[in-house]
Amino acid sequence: MASTETAAKDTAQDLAGLEAGLDALDAVRVSRTPVREVLVRKVLPPVVAVVLVLVVWQILIWAQVTDDYKLPSPSQVWDEVTDAWAQGTLLGYIWTSVSRGLLGFLLALAIGTPLGLLVSRVKLIRAAIGPVLSGLQSLPSVAWVPPAVIWLGLDDRMMYAVILLGAVPSIANGLVAGVDQIPPLHLRAGKTLGATGLRGTWHIVLPAALPGYLAGLKQGWAFSWRSLMAAEIIASSPDLGVGLGQLLEQGRETSSMSMVFLAIILILAVGIAIDLLIFSPLERWVLRGRGLLVKN
Amino acid sequence: MATTTLTTTEDRTEVGHAARIDHVSKSFGGPEGQQLVLDDITLDVAPGEFVTLLGASGCGKSTLLNLVAGLDRPTAGSIETPGGRPALMFQEHALFPWLTAGKNIELALRLRGMPRSERRAEAERLLELVRLGGAYGKRVHELSGGMRQRVAMARALAQDSQLLLMDEPFAALDAITRDVLHDELTRIWRETDLSVLFVTHNVREAVRLAQRVVLLSSRPGRIAREWTVGIEQPRRIEDTAVAELSVEITEQLRGEIRRHGQH
Repeated sequence: MASTETAAKDTAQDLAGLEAGLDALDAVRVSRTPVREVLVRKVLPPVVAVVLVLVVWQILIWAQVTDDYKLPSPSQVWDEVTDAWAQGTLLGYIWTSVSRGLLGFLLALAIGTPLGLLVSRVKLIRAAIGPVLSGLQSLPSVAWVPPAVIWLGLDDRMMYAVILLGAVPSIANGLVAGVDQIPPLHLRAGKTLGATGLRGTWHIVLPAALPGYLAGLKQGWAFSWRSLMAAEIIASSPDLGVGLGQLLEQGRETSSMSMVFLAIILILAVGIAIDLLIFSPLERWVLRGRGLLVKN
Repeated sequence: MATTTLTTTEDRTEVGHAARIDHVSKSFGGPEGQQLVLDDITLDVAPGEFVTLLGASGCGKSTLLNLVAGLDRPTAGSIETPGGRPALMFQEHALFPWLTAGKNIELALRLRGMPRSERRAEAERLLELVRLGGAYGKRVHELSGGMRQRVAMARALAQDSQLLLMDEPFAALDAITRDVLHDELTRIWRETDLSVLFVTHNVREAVRLAQRVVLLSSRPGRIAREWTVGIEQPRRIEDTAVAELSVEITEQLRGEIRRHGQH
């Protein structure tokens, strides 16, 4: 009997060893890109592109392709920046718009998320408002400014209304798309584990839909920001303060092309900065965790 | 004195089966009317028994497994699983990519109602059982195919069900890895009191693993024949006895498939 026991022990050890070998051979290696490579591949190209645009711009000025008041030189716009900075108004303009945009976005998030979940999970609601919700995405949010002004007056409420109408459909649609793209296998696996109803939504559906949801959030932010700028350009009142949109409109009224350029560049810069600082890292973090970020 | 008694937990062990499939038929509605997929299947799986369901494509073996798992309802007949909701393993690992290997197992424990304080230790124990002690914090994409299926096995075991359903769980793996996982599955099955219903189209795999092999015919799926496998475990897939029985079963399976080409 002793010999069979040792034999069984040997086979067990044999199996464990074989398995350890297979695991070591098959395991997927995950490495991170070194910082230097990130700098060279990711940071350098856009910097070079911006420098090139500035160079072309300056050449156009030197070539005097158009009148001075139509196209300001880069240095004139730079003077505008330093002036606004010296007067202490530059950060004020930015903050007025950014705080409004972010608060509006958070409101849109709080409304769009449950709405998207309802549309994706309840068939009747989907049939009823699904098409309208995706249709709303193609409606330029500037169209909402006149009715919002008439219904709510020239104050912050009107601004938030326009932001919500622009961003809520994007966020809800992103979540719907994310839920639709969940592999059926995950839902079946969840069911066999006992994740049904609300528990299924919390443990399976929401985390599985996260990549699509984040894409929706990203687009929702872009729509929030665009809607807000449209509203700020059209609606001006002392109650509203001076945001970037009003700055642009002021530049037009006073025929100061350098101020218009300053406003446009700031609007662009804020949009890019929020995306780069908040949404892109969030998206990369989620995708990398799931092994969906493939390096080529 | 015909009184109805309710099955309670204490009665569980006294029930003579881990699954009872009783005259089960299943048809799916299509544009050309109903199509019968499973026809009058009756099959018992005893507690602690290992049964493989073998059949060519279209025999409805995965459909039958879905019915036993409770993911779908039979058109006629009844299915009992006295040990509660069965655990199910798929051909793909079906692990959730947003969780680590350990957290995948802990989710199963949580959904089964295990208190938070006990989950971590139990997940580690289950990973040890499938010999993946160091994989707790690993993401799914960092694991090899064989490791993923072992984590999936640990997650299925975490449900603490008496019945484990397996739907061609090793079909997508390479031969050596599959071989190792056969050994693992046999070992775990013998260490626990688990009943296993294992679906495959691979005859040798069926004979290698099972105590009983059930052959299904195709379109509609009916039980064609059953074999009791008396070969002593641990077996190897290249054992002569395994090969001999496999030849016999393969002959029968070919006959079943040939019938479909005759009209």
